Formats: sequence, structure tokens, C-alpha cells
Amino acid sequence: MAMASFRREGQRLSSMLYSHSINALKSGVSSQELAPVGARSISTQIVRNRMKSVKNIQKITKAMKMVAASKLRAIQTKAEKSRGLWQPFTALLGDYPSIDVKKNVIVTISSDKGLCGGINSTSVKMSKGFRKLNSGPDKEVKYVVLGEKAKAQLVRDSKKDIEISITELQKNPFNYTQVSVLADDILKNVEYDALRIVFNKFHSVVSFVPTVTTVLSPEVVERESETGGKLGDLDSYEIEGGETKAEVLQNLTEFQFACVLFNACMENACSEQGARMSAMDSSSRNAGEMLDRLTLTYNRTRQASITTELIEIISGASALTG
Amino acid sequence: MLRLAPRLLRRSLARTFADVPATPTQDSSFVQAWQKINPNLDPPKTPLAFMTPRPPTPSSIPSKLTVNFVLPYQSELASKEVDMVIIPATTGHMGVLPGHVATIAELRPGILSVHEGSSVTKYFVSSGFAFIHANSFADIVAVEAVPVDRFDPTLVQKGLAEFQQKLAIASTDLEKAEAQIGVDVHSALNSALAG
Repeated sequence: MAMASFRREGQRLSSMLYSHSINALKSGVSSQELAPVGARSISTQIVRNRMKSVKNIQKITKAMKMVAASKLRAIQTKAEKSRGLWQPFTALLGDYPSIDVKKNVIVTISSDKGLCGGINSTSVKMSKGFRKLNSGPDKEVKYVVLGEKAKAQLVRDSKKDIEISITELQKNPFNYTQVSVLADDILKNVEYDALRIVFNKFHSVVSFVPTVTTVLSPEVVERESETGGKLGDLDSYEIEGGETKAEVLQNLTEFQFACVLFNACMENACSEQGARMSAMDSSSRNAGEMLDRLTLTYNRTRQASITTELIEIISGASALTG
Repeated sequence: MLRLAPRLLRRSLARTFADVPATPTQDSSFVQAWQKINPNLDPPKTPLAFMTPRPPTPSSIPSKLTVNFVLPYQSELASKEVDMVIIPATTGHMGVLPGHVATIAELRPGILSVHEGSSVTKYFVSSGFAFIHANSFADIVAVEAVPVDRFDPTLVQKGLAEFQQKLAIASTDLEKAEAQIGVDVHSALNSALAG
């Protein structure tokens, strides 16, 4: 967004200055933006001001890119180590995003700060897509929003569907305890049959894949395993510990949600930093290009003003002699 | 405690398909349903796409157990082939050998020991879950695990005394529960370090 407005400004500016320089050659001062009445040379002040501000913006975006790169390095190792965490659960319980349940809760993970490219919009689009997919006669869909940016986008059309919204997740560096407290909070306050966690999985610095993980409630797991549906294999497992199977299943699903949420938050944080890096990189490159264009315009304007002065002097001199 | 092979054979005869079927990389019904409703949007990926599929249950018992021991911030053991693991389930210590029947076990604070040949590595595990699959894959997910030699016995005993005191003066249910957890963990640690 910022880059597009820069480009627009630059184009408008360069076209304005070009037309002004032509006019100046022909007729001297033409608009009130140029030097006030009485002065004779074309002012390069405006261009110089623009150049200074564009150069500052370039410095800022370069610095933001460096900061994002260092934050990414720190969090990437942690995210990659946490990748083993969700695999045992998928190996045991499988993954059935197309499961048909009454109460769907969509947990959307996004960032708090902006300037990170399109990842938040992608997550929100996916969440809205899920909402359409799961809308039906007696089905209900609720949102749990983590992060300021998704909240801002979802509040516009689904304000009554947002159950819980949580912001300022990244104030302290991520750790499992914080996420498990969060998971506990969500599970206590929201009724659900299936939780779908929507986030951006980190593939590489330039590629982020929108991903959805489905966590089913213990009742649904029990029902599916007994009817021999999708989780039919689950019945073949012996249960050690706890009084009843239901109790163990409940602990299992809660643990699964906490682990999966932890991994999802870490991956999303990595994706955010990576997206910010590439956004800031392209914006500093654009600022550099704009600076080049402005420099050319500046030189043209400067040369035009020198030529005008020379012409005036020479014509004045020739009027005296000739 | 140790389940034997005949039971496994009986179970495997009853089913014709394997324990962990060859997993497709994407749930096709989901993709189709998505594309019907949201034709302009690519469907999101699901964890199935990112997981290496597990092998199906072999007909004979393999010689080694493949263990994945994961913690939130690290994969302690990833697909390591071992002879036996002893896990601290809530019903007591359980030994897992290759060919163990499929089990879901809830863990309590205790010692997890991994036996590989003649070497034994012991970890103190806070809690978690262990899944033993019929294809001799064991997944142990724990919240915290530390090798036993990193603990200081005097500090453990001090902690135990402190929590026992807290349990005695606890008034609300929450305080009692917290103190009880502290006592459980510390006494398990104590017995682990002593024994």
C-alpha cells in the first residue's frame, strides 16, 4: 500500500516538474508552486525536499528489513524444533478437515503489527472460506481471533461471530506455557465440535503456505471411533491411565490443541517476519528507483535554471551592445 | 504388563488393512468441497501434506522399536531405533518392546528410560502422552523432559519439603491442587534420583 502511494507520488511529481520545466523555459514563472514573484530562477527546493524524504524512507525500510531478518533467525530455529510436536497427534488421530459437525470454531492466527505483506489477508480469506464451507441449516460457525490485524478485518462483517479475540501475543517471546494457558482459556469459554486453526506455515523466507489444522472435540472423536467412521482405528488402541476412555480422550484433545496451537503460533510468527522482510526489501528497492528518477528530474531542473539565467544574461548583454 | 505377540496376531488377522494406512497427501473430499464453494481460492494445506507417511503394520514383529520423543521446543529423539523404552504411565511404569499392542498412555511425572543395546538414557518427564502404534512406532509427547544427571538432589529435597508445607497450609482448592502437583513432581524426582 505504501509502495503504491510512493509510486503515484513520484509519477505525479515527475510529470508535474517536467511540465513545469518546459513552461519555465518558455515563459518564466508559471505556477504558484515555483519561486515567488520577483525571483528569476526555477526552484529546485521541492524536488530536494522530496528526495530527502524518499531517502529517509529508504533508510527506514532497510532498517526494518534488518530487524525482521534478525527476529526471523531467532524464531526460525524454535519453530523448526517445534515441528515434531503435532506429528504424533496426526499419526494417531488422522486429519479430517472435511468432517461434518454442528459447531465449528475457526481460530485465526495473525500478527499484531502491519507492513508484513499479504499474510494476514490470506488467513482472513481462508477463514471466511471455511465459514462459507461450513454454513448450513443447523450449523454454526464462530471465530476466535489471535492478533490485531485479523480482528480488524473480521470485525467489519462478522462482528457477532467473534467469540474471543486475543492481541499482544508477541510481547514476551513465545513459550509453551503461555500458549497452553491460552488454549485452556479458549477451551473453557467456547463450545465446539471441531476447532480449525488457520495459520501461515513457514516454508522459506519467500514462501508461506496457508494451512489449516483440525482438532476434534472428545465427543466427536468418541463418536467417530465407535461408529467405525474415519477414526475407526482408534478403537483398537488400549487405554492406559485414567478411569475412563472419555477422560483420557478429553485430556488428549486438550493436549493436542495446546501443542498444535503452539506450533501454529510459531510458524505464523516466522511467516510474519519473513513477509515483512520481503515487503520492506521491495519497498526500499522502490524507494531507490524513485530516488533515481527524482535525481534525474532534479538535474534537469537545475540545468534548466542555469540555462535560463545564461540566456537572460546573454540577451541582456547583447541588448546593451547590439 | 508386557503384551505378547499372540494377541497382536489375532488382531491383525481380524483386520485386512494396516494400522496406519498409506496416507494420501491431501484429503480429496475436502479439496473438492472447498473448490465447489470457493472456486477462486486455493484450498489451504492440511498437516497430512507435511507428514512423512508411517509404514503399515508388518506381518512379523520387527526387531527394533522406532521412537519419536518430542518436546515443545525440541525433538529429543526422532525416529531412533531402540530395543526398549520404559515409560511412566499413570498406571505405573510400562515397558514397551517391538510388537507391543497399540496403546494410548497418559504419562505422569517420572523417569523415562531408553534402552539401546547396553546403554540406558534416563529422562525425567513432567507429563504428556505416549502413543504406541501397532507398527512398532512409539510417539512420546512430553511437556518437559530433562536428563536425570542434571538434577541437584539437595534442591529437590528442599522443594519437596516446601511443597509439603504448602499442602498443609493450603486453604482453597486451587492452592491444594497446586501444592499437590508440586509434591507429586518432587517426590517422583526424589525417588528417581535415589533409585
